[in-house]
Amino acid sequence: MSASWLLSHYTHPVVIVLMMGGLYIVFTSGNLIKRMIGLAIFQTSAAFLFIALGKVGGGTAPITIEATSEAGQALGQRLPPGYAAQFGVEGVVYSNPLPHALILTAIVVGVSTLAVGLAIAVRIREAYGAVEAGEIERLDAEAGRAE
Amino acid sequence: MAEAIHWTGGTLALLGALLTVAGAAGALRFPDVYTRIHAASLTDTGGATLMMLGLGLLAGLSLVTLKLALAWLFIMLTSPTAAHALANAAHGSGLRPQIGLWRIVPAQAEDGDQTDDGDGA
Amino acid sequence: MTGIAPPLDANTLLGFGLLTMLVATVAAIALSRRTMTAILLMSVYSAASTMWLLLMDAPDVAFTEAVVGAGVSTVVLLGAVLLTRGERVAKAGRWRVAAAAAVTLVLGGLLVYAAIDLPALGDPASPANAHVGRLYLEAAGRDTGADNVVTAVLASYRGFDTLGEASVIFAAGVGVALMLGFGTRATQDDPRRSRVRGLDALPESDHHVVLRVAAKLLIPVITLCAFYVLFHGETGAGGGFQAGVVAAVAIILHALVFGLADTMVAVRPGAARALAALGVLAYCGLGVASIVNGGMFLDHDFLLPPAFQTRLQTWLESAGISGGAHDWGQHLGMLAVESAVFITVAGTMVTVFYGFAGRLRDAVPEPGA
Repeated sequence: MSASWLLSHYTHPVVIVLMMGGLYIVFTSGNLIKRMIGLAIFQTSAAFLFIALGKVGGGTAPITIEATSEAGQALGQRLPPGYAAQFGVEGVVYSNPLPHALILTAIVVGVSTLAVGLAIAVRIREAYGAVEAGEIERLDAEAGRAE
Repeated sequence: MAEAIHWTGGTLALLGALLTVAGAAGALRFPDVYTRIHAASLTDTGGATLMMLGLGLLAGLSLVTLKLALAWLFIMLTSPTAAHALANAAHGSGLRPQIGLWRIVPAQAEDGDQTDDGDGA
Repeated sequence: MTGIAPPLDANTLLGFGLLTMLVATVAAIALSRRTMTAILLMSVYSAASTMWLLLMDAPDVAFTEAVVGAGVSTVVLLGAVLLTRGERVAKAGRWRVAAAAAVTLVLGGLLVYAAIDLPALGDPASPANAHVGRLYLEAAGRDTGADNVVTAVLASYRGFDTLGEASVIFAAGVGVALMLGFGTRATQDDPRRSRVRGLDALPESDHHVVLRVAAKLLIPVITLCAFYVLFHGETGAGGGFQAGVVAAVAIILHALVFGLADTMVAVRPGAARALAALGVLAYCGLGVASIVNGGMFLDHDFLLPPAFQTRLQTWLESAGISGGAHDWGQHLGMLAVESAVFITVAGTMVTVFYGFAGRLRDAVPEPGA
């Protein structure tokens, strides 16, 4: 667990902490809306893990630029010799585009499912008059006993 | 000359960041909703202006500076409007400014969630 | 492990700072007592994560997270909390907190233990970055002619994936519309509103002058920005998803400032739903068009009829324009895919907003101002 190992691996534990934070919010909050927020945090932090795995050191965003242009040269100056030739495409090093494409859609899908979950919460409130999970269970049990 | 512009740009950007931090401190320390809105929005807009000015000086006369200018215009349009909307909403829901040591009782306290000094969290 | 370990420079420190901010925000959400606080902190979380994503060389994703997380997500959450008003978040019992903490700690520990084997941050030779990712970077220019490799992957290489995502988004929109209604209640007669179309007819007009003027200046600009982002998805950061959400944000801004009834006259709920459905249909039709012209489903190389392609090729050669006819099918196909996604996402976001906002009108009496 040397310092340089920590420096090169710090994102993964932090993102897992975020994920667990979201899960904790889902477990401990009775309020349905706050639970949805916890779920949203969980989803986005899983997305961040993907993006962090796709980052390439010394790289740029996966939008093709010319190695001879100003931006390409500024990037190339900071790399050790031979790095761009080995890991780059035509002299420029890019980050991995595949996780970006997957996560982009995942984020929009995440907000859509958040909307569905919140719509369910709203209907529950209208039907039961409460949005706390404990309260809803109690009302359900009462209704069950009354039948 | 180029050196001076470079240093000026960097200093302005740093000043803008410090102003934004000051605004954050103000938003935490001020006693009342309206003063907090004033602190947050004013310093936010001013800090962004200084930062963009600094970054524009650093970037020189190029496309980046034009984009920064357009972004600045957008911020000048939206940030004060957002603060206005916030203050409007606060006024509309019954909060009144805290003046001196006396507090004016809100005319209507229709929202049960609102505590006295607007301190929600 | 080969590659560069991130040097301890400003970028890395900024990354530390942003991740710390994210963790602190999540902790604050967990400890918050009111739902409104949690929602606003969620917006802060999205904003901070946008900056962190930019640091991770992902401008497309950062753009999406900014518009979706700090924009639409917050609006939808606020709509939901306004519809479920009067609820305080009850503090969870001690046993529940202890059990939740234990479970998350154990699970987190297991995940961190598993994550030790993951490659270092920025490792260019990791299995993820060295094989398929590298292949897409090398081949995207050749195969599709697009500069933005993410758009090429989204719209061309993994187009079938994106079709599935668009369908999920549409299904979610339909789900919300079925549960919360189509928002038509908002267009029914409101006795408080004067039928006269004049600005001084509304008693609350004095309060909202600034908002109305600013909105009138901003809404056309935002819509223009949405179309810009859509059409420049191939050459820069952007694409259909971001553009759709930005267009929906323009409509939501109009509704927030001018009232839901006026917005529903401009953008009818039925039209929004129809657009969402049309997007998915057009996307599938695109795939079928490729089959008709002799290729596989969603193979953009076969989008244009072969006779047209050969004529285009000869015309291009005679005119001396470089870049063969091969690229045109891809360009057209990618633009069509992005446009289909654009109208689906925009239609769905508007439908979702109408669902929440339309229900609000009946559920909660409007405040005085």
